[in-house]
Order: sequence, then C-alpha cells, then structure tokens
Amino acid sequence: MQTFGWPEVLFILRSAGWTIALTAIAFVIGGIFGGIFAIMRLSRVKFLRRFAAGYILVIQSIPVLMVLFMSYYGLSAMGIELPPFLAASASLAIYVSAYLAEIWRGCIESVPRQQWEASASLAMTPGQQYRYIILPQALRISLPPTVGFLVQLVKNTSIVQVVGFVDLMRAGMLVNNATYQAFQIFTLVAAIYFAICFPLSRLSRHLEKVMNASRSH
Amino acid sequence: MLFQEVLSKWPMILNGVMLTIALSFGAIVLGLALAILLTAFRSLAGSWAGYVVDAYVELMRNTPFLVQLFMIFFGLPQLGIRMTGLEASILAMTLNLAAYATEIIRAGVDSIHKSQIEAGMALAMSKRQVFQYVVLQPAFARVWPALSSQFVLMMLASSICSFVSVQELSGTAAIIEQDTFRSFETYIIVTVLYLVLALSLKLFLNWLGHKIFPQVSGLARVTEAHGEAA
Repeated sequence: MQTFGWPEVLFILRSAGWTIALTAIAFVIGGIFGGIFAIMRLSRVKFLRRFAAGYILVIQSIPVLMVLFMSYYGLSAMGIELPPFLAASASLAIYVSAYLAEIWRGCIESVPRQQWEASASLAMTPGQQYRYIILPQALRISLPPTVGFLVQLVKNTSIVQVVGFVDLMRAGMLVNNATYQAFQIFTLVAAIYFAICFPLSRLSRHLEKVMNASRSH
Repeated sequence: MLFQEVLSKWPMILNGVMLTIALSFGAIVLGLALAILLTAFRSLAGSWAGYVVDAYVELMRNTPFLVQLFMIFFGLPQLGIRMTGLEASILAMTLNLAAYATEIIRAGVDSIHKSQIEAGMALAMSKRQVFQYVVLQPAFARVWPALSSQFVLMMLASSICSFVSVQELSGTAAIIEQDTFRSFETYIIVTVLYLVLALSLKLFLNWLGHKIFPQVSGLARVTEAHGEAA
C-alpha cells in the first residue's frame, strides 16, 4: 500500500492551483453577470426588475450542488456534453452571479439619493450617472463584502470534485483512496483551504474597519 | 421529458425531503445551543476563553463544510471514533452552524451598550441574569434575520451530506437518477423541492422571529443580509 509522503503532498499542493483558477474564473464571469443583474434589479423597467429579483431568489434558494448536477448530468442526458471544468466553472459562475448581484445591489442603494438627484440635475443620462457618479462610490462600499464573499466561493469550489474535476478536494480524496490516511490528508487539505481563506477573511474585516473610519468623519 | 417515471418514485422523494428537514432542524437546534454556550463561555470565562472560541470560529469559517464532514467521517475513524454517515452529517452541520451562529450572535452582543450592562448590575442582577436578560435576549432579537439566512444556507448545504451516503433529498436524487436514467427530470424536481423548502423555511423563521421578539422586530432590520454560505 502507498503511504502518504512528499509526492502526495506535492500533488495536493499542485491541485490547490486548480481551486484558485476555478475560483478566479467563476468570480470574473459570475461578477460580470452579477453586475448586470444588480443594475437590472434597480432598473426603472418593471420587467427587468422582476426578472432579476426572480433569478436571484431562485439561485439563492437552491443548493449549488443542484446547479452543478443540472449542468453536468442533466445536460449530458440531453446530449449536451460539457467537460468537467466547463460545467464546474459555469455552475459556480451562476451561483456567484446571484449572490454578488444581491450584495452589489445593496452597495449601489447605499450611495446617498442626493447623488442621483444632483447628477440628474446636471442633465446626465442614467448611463453617465452610473459610470461617473454612482459606481465609483458603490465600488468602494462593495469591497469588504465582495472579498468576504470570495471566501465563500473558495470553500464552495470544493463540491465540484463530484463531476470528476481534480481540484484541491478531489486530490485529497484520490490520495485518501490510495493511502487510507484520511486524518493526515484532510488535515493538510483543510490547512491549505485555511491558508487561502483566512487572509481573505482578515482583508475583508480590515477593509470594513478602514472604510467605517473614513466614513465617520 | 418524462416526469411520470421520476414522480412514480414519490415515496422515496418524500423520504428524502423528510430527512433533509430532520437534518436541518437537528443542526439548527443543536448548533444554536452550542453557539449560545460558546457565547456564554466567551463572556463569562476569562480572556483565554475568548481566544479559544475565536480560534474555533475562524477555523470552521475558513474551511469548506465538505472537508469538515470528511474529516469527521473518514478522518476520525483513524483515531478510533467511528460513526455512520448520518451521525457524521449531524455532527458536522452542528459544528459548522455553531461557528457561524457564534459570530453572528457576537455582532448582536457587541451592539449592546455597556451602560445597559451597568444598569443591570445596578439593579443587583446576577452575572448570569445580566447575560440572559440584558445581553443575550436583545442581541438575539437584533440578529435574528442574519441567523435566519444562515439557517437557510445550512439547509441548502445539507445537500453535501449525500457525499457520505446519506439518503437526504440530493442523495435520493442520485439514486433515482441511476434507476431511471432521467437525470434532467430528476434534478428539476429535486431543485424545485429545495426551492419550496428554502422559501418555506424563510417564511417560517420570519414568522417565528415576530412571534418570539415582537417588541424589537423593527430593530432587526439593521443587521439584515449578514449571512454567509457554509
């Protein structure tokens, strides 16, 4: 029987790179759609508002695992074969878009009303208002919760191992199947996740403190 | 699409739904109880207790639930502690939820003004009485919405317990899928059931909040949307 040694540790460490890559891709794609949904959610057009609200509610009320199953097993049964990495990034991006849309909607709404009124009185179009007045301010407010959400995303990437994609979690499981030293292996896997997530958590908390200080005077 | 084939397995699906509800309910009750104990431990014992609780909370909040579950299910047997998938699931969910709930309750406790506690002391209340009536109850009322969304997230995360062969809703889905080869139909039905469960739980917790904390339900708005995924 194989034992848990350096080659296994290196294999697990390398797979952590895939976890980070998956996080980055899901965050960027999900972020783009999240931004669109956030603005739709605040649109003056009733249909867009309703549609975005419905999308956010549904995605936030079902497990990410179900989104993943639907896009992998479900679509493959209908003849659309997605490779594991694509299915994983797509489902995580869907999950990210709904949560970021809700977080960013809150940030856009927390820009004082007067900013909208003042920019409207300067004859700015809604597009210009967003581009020059609202979004730069909302972006600052959104930093702490967005970084905080990134931690949730990193942790949630662990479920994609179910479609066979070799991320950090899957690497740990593969090594476990070969060595049966679950305690050591999952301690290492947990430690790597912690090493990625903890600095992000601290950064989020730090940003929150800095911004509260600058806003209070 | 052929939904009939999947729907004819309704007794299995119903079982899955019941197990998801039971798992979530158990984890919520036990996790909340543990969170209250940890909060009490933090505020009543010395400063070292604070460090211990903080370390626990940070550890749980910065590692995936799946890793925690596997650590309990596959890792602990190596130390001679063996349990079934269901026991491991309940334990993992409880420990995970307790960490999040402790962090949320802490935000509520921090929002209690120091003068309130001094006022309680001045009324000759005991340390325990002050903790219960002046600190814990108002703090709870304020963070109830955040706690509620955390509970819903935990219910959704219970789907991960299917990885240790627990036949809750998503575990049932996997079996039905293998039996019928109707993946898309199966997952659509199960997804809709999760949706119904999540929305009902949200409504129920909202109602419960108004019932338990009628006087401060307006206050609670402040801390809304603070929940995080497990």
